[in-house]
Amino acid sequence: MNIPILSSLILLPTIGAFFIFFVKSNNKRYQSSKYVALFISLANFLLSLYLWFIFDNTVSEFQFVENREWIPGFVNYKVGVDGISILFIILTTFITSLCIISVNSTIKNRLKDFLVAILLMETLMIGVFCSLDLLVFYLFFEGGLIPMFLIIGIWGGERRVYSAFKFFLYTLLGSVLMLVAIISIYWMTGTTDVEKLYEIGIDTKYQNLLWLAFFTSFAVKTPMWPVHTWLPDAHVEAPTAGSVLLAAIILKMAGYGFIRFSLGLFPVASEYFIPLIYLLSLVAIIYTSLVALMQEDMKKLIAYSSVAHMGFVTLGIFTMTQQGIEGSIFQMISHGLVSAALFLSVGVIYERMHTRLISRYGGIVSIMPKYAVVLMIFTLGAIGLPGTSGFIGEFLILIGTFKKNFLVATIASLGVILAAAYMLWLYKRVIFGKLINNDLKKMVDLKKSEIFILWSLAIPTLLFGFYPEPLINTIEVSVTNLIDTYNLNIEIYLAKNN
Amino acid sequence: MIDLNLISPEIFISLSLMFLLIVGVYKKNSSNFIYNLTILSLFVLLALILNLSHIEEAFIFDQSYKIDDLSTFMKILTVISAIFVMLTSSKYLKLTKIFKIEYPVLVLSSILGMMVMISSNDLIVFYMGLELQSLSLYVLASFNRDNLLSTESGLKYFILSALSSGILLYGFSLIYGFSGSTNFNEISINISDFQYGLTFGIVFILVGLAFKISAVPFHMWAPDVYQGSPTSVTIFFAILPKIAALTVFIRFLYVPFVNMIDQWQMIVIFLSIASMAFGAVAAIGQKNLKRLVAYSSISHMGYALAGLTTVTNEGIQSSIIYMSIYLVMNLALFSCIFMMRRNENYFENIDDLSGLSKNHPILSFAMLIILFSLAGIPPLAGFFAKFYIFKAVIEQSMYFLAIVGLLSTVIAAFYYLRIIKIIYFDPEKEKYDTDHHIGLKISLLLSTVFILIYFIYPNSLIDLVSKINII
Repeated sequence: MNIPILSSLILLPTIGAFFIFFVKSNNKRYQSSKYVALFISLANFLLSLYLWFIFDNTVSEFQFVENREWIPGFVNYKVGVDGISILFIILTTFITSLCIISVNSTIKNRLKDFLVAILLMETLMIGVFCSLDLLVFYLFFEGGLIPMFLIIGIWGGERRVYSAFKFFLYTLLGSVLMLVAIISIYWMTGTTDVEKLYEIGIDTKYQNLLWLAFFTSFAVKTPMWPVHTWLPDAHVEAPTAGSVLLAAIILKMAGYGFIRFSLGLFPVASEYFIPLIYLLSLVAIIYTSLVALMQEDMKKLIAYSSVAHMGFVTLGIFTMTQQGIEGSIFQMISHGLVSAALFLSVGVIYERMHTRLISRYGGIVSIMPKYAVVLMIFTLGAIGLPGTSGFIGEFLILIGTFKKNFLVATIASLGVILAAAYMLWLYKRVIFGKLINNDLKKMVDLKKSEIFILWSLAIPTLLFGFYPEPLINTIEVSVTNLIDTYNLNIEIYLAKNN
Repeated sequence: MIDLNLISPEIFISLSLMFLLIVGVYKKNSSNFIYNLTILSLFVLLALILNLSHIEEAFIFDQSYKIDDLSTFMKILTVISAIFVMLTSSKYLKLTKIFKIEYPVLVLSSILGMMVMISSNDLIVFYMGLELQSLSLYVLASFNRDNLLSTESGLKYFILSALSSGILLYGFSLIYGFSGSTNFNEISINISDFQYGLTFGIVFILVGLAFKISAVPFHMWAPDVYQGSPTSVTIFFAILPKIAALTVFIRFLYVPFVNMIDQWQMIVIFLSIASMAFGAVAAIGQKNLKRLVAYSSISHMGYALAGLTTVTNEGIQSSIIYMSIYLVMNLALFSCIFMMRRNENYFENIDDLSGLSKNHPILSFAMLIILFSLAGIPPLAGFFAKFYIFKAVIEQSMYFLAIVGLLSTVIAAFYYLRIIKIIYFDPEKEKYDTDHHIGLKISLLLSTVFILIYFIYPNSLIDLVSKINII
């Protein structure tokens, strides 16, 4: 293997973005720039599928590693994938392609700039999931703020400026401490290479502080209660494609960061802070579910449900059990598909009615039967009904949690019930009931492109619900290895202190 | 025998300065000719300095004048930025009707002053250079003499700068009194033991220097002077005197006062923290772009000073890298400001940028990159500038400084974002003219591309400055 497949994945969207940016835009070429973007993103998706195909899931080492000198003697450009990260890359390329297909109907002005922003975003997101160097990771992680700020700010709704600023400043504030931590790690160990750091280990004296620095950054991005408030605003104001990217991928960066960095680099501190995480996760699950119940805006409701779902993810990660971590990764993938689909579904009716208020809808099952069917699938997916991918994730997480702490698991299970309550109630109010609002009668059922997008999300949701094997197989070995190393580190630490 | 070859750049610039002045006086309507000749002589000057770049350390005039890697690098930086400043501002000068022969001549003389400052190894020589530079700058600030703001800014700058020079001189006299010499090397040998008088001298000198680089709490002149001066002079103010002042800061801290680290370290840390935080907060409410740049440059000087507090070569080098990237960003930003022109009138309010992205996509994209870079968002050059500083600061376990610095970047991000918001999110206004001078276009292009692709090969600057070892 001589082709640098990961670098190609990272660079391809940027090249596409440059191409689109520098081609002059007149009305004829306006559409063609969309085809370029679509072509690039689909090529990237196929490339990532090929990556999955040739990925060896029997070893836990990083594969397809590329290591180039970047700042000599300091930082290397190092990328590679293992079982934990590869699925996120495929999710990224898949969701980006769907976003680009969906822009036709949702983005009315400055399509070219929007495509450039989306493609740049894809580069940065893939970079986050591949990078095996802390500083390279930070660059990709932070770089994503620029395109996302523009996506929310330029193409967003009425309060877009407020939301864009809130999003940017919250996440920036969260991440600056991580930069301090990364530099401190460099001065302590002499490297920022993740693989080497796994070997060397970080002095247990400093782990707690460093863990907290990373935690602030990831907690804002996850988002965990009480720093989740940027998410509903950002979601509501962002254009559909922006919400989709945000919910499906950007939130996953933090979950991935917890697994890769918090557990991997600071095992002792992670063990120490488990109660904190449990507490915040439970608050997120219960409190934001209750908040979601009371929402009148559909997008806001889904945004709060995202916070609750991410609460399950953090809970699962910090159970440090095979089931818990596998469940969390599975839940992230599943939530990536389902929340993307829910935002797209809201986009579908928003585009027809120009309102997201639940009270304006009702009884549209008779007008849009096809729409009602797909929305049902995703609603059930969000609830975690058996047979959808959401079930596998939540089920594994709860098994893992029961192993560790009965009380926490019991409270978390209540969250599943609340999820059923707010999602089914949403579905009932929008789809069923009497058709009171006469404007709704003008609505047309799904167009071909919408059917294509929604079903291409529905099929994997159902498929992985019935047959989770391929995903579990991919992540299993890496997770086992992670937990073994983790337990070993804890044992060494305990042995030293007794 | 004195090797005059070592100061060939200074001799050349003095001669060309006098020559241009004489030509300008005797030849009618020669301002265009003089202007171009000035740019040409700056190129020759650059070649002469590069010619001396192999010298690692050399002294002349009884050790009062020093040529080393630091001075050569800073002189090159000064001259290159001067060339770009001259290239960007010619059309502005013509349209605001201040395109006179004195302008390039004054620019040259202030550059001569800066070069003397950069190379000085003696209190008296340093003061001479400083005054030559400052006197030219006073005149430049009030060059648009029919404009009330411009004359006011010149006068304000003159009074406050003269005051700071007075404080500086008082510090010099104390240092001379307690150490018995004006030569930097001899001072450093003589003041090895602690004396109160010396501490006072150091404080006075630091106050004077802080004035020159507009560090808080000695920053009050900067916003008014930046706003009032003609834009072509503001860009000059924002870049060139800072290079010279930072060099002098490095020299003073690490040559004569190197044994007094305990005395000055806290002061410099305070200057740095205060500048970073104040610059970030005070810029939020500004409406005028030039005034905003003034506050942002106060904040940026805070970061540059943070590198100097570390007492390591890496720290000094990181400050120099910061300075280099800072001046590229400022050059780019001012190139954009020069492009805000409609019907021969220049605009400088932030609101005038409203909706720029609809009519001028390329210009607004450039501004987007520049502003995000100033805010220090990766992967742009501005991030690396800050990154090197924090790397050096954290090596010395100065976490407080690092965290205050990083929090200020978050605050500062707010006002840069506000400009981006106005450019990209707000309703559009009338189009600006697009017939810009080629020099302006080139400098915007080069500086923006530098900012954008710096991350591909970040070693380019590190390699250059790694030779500069002061300690």
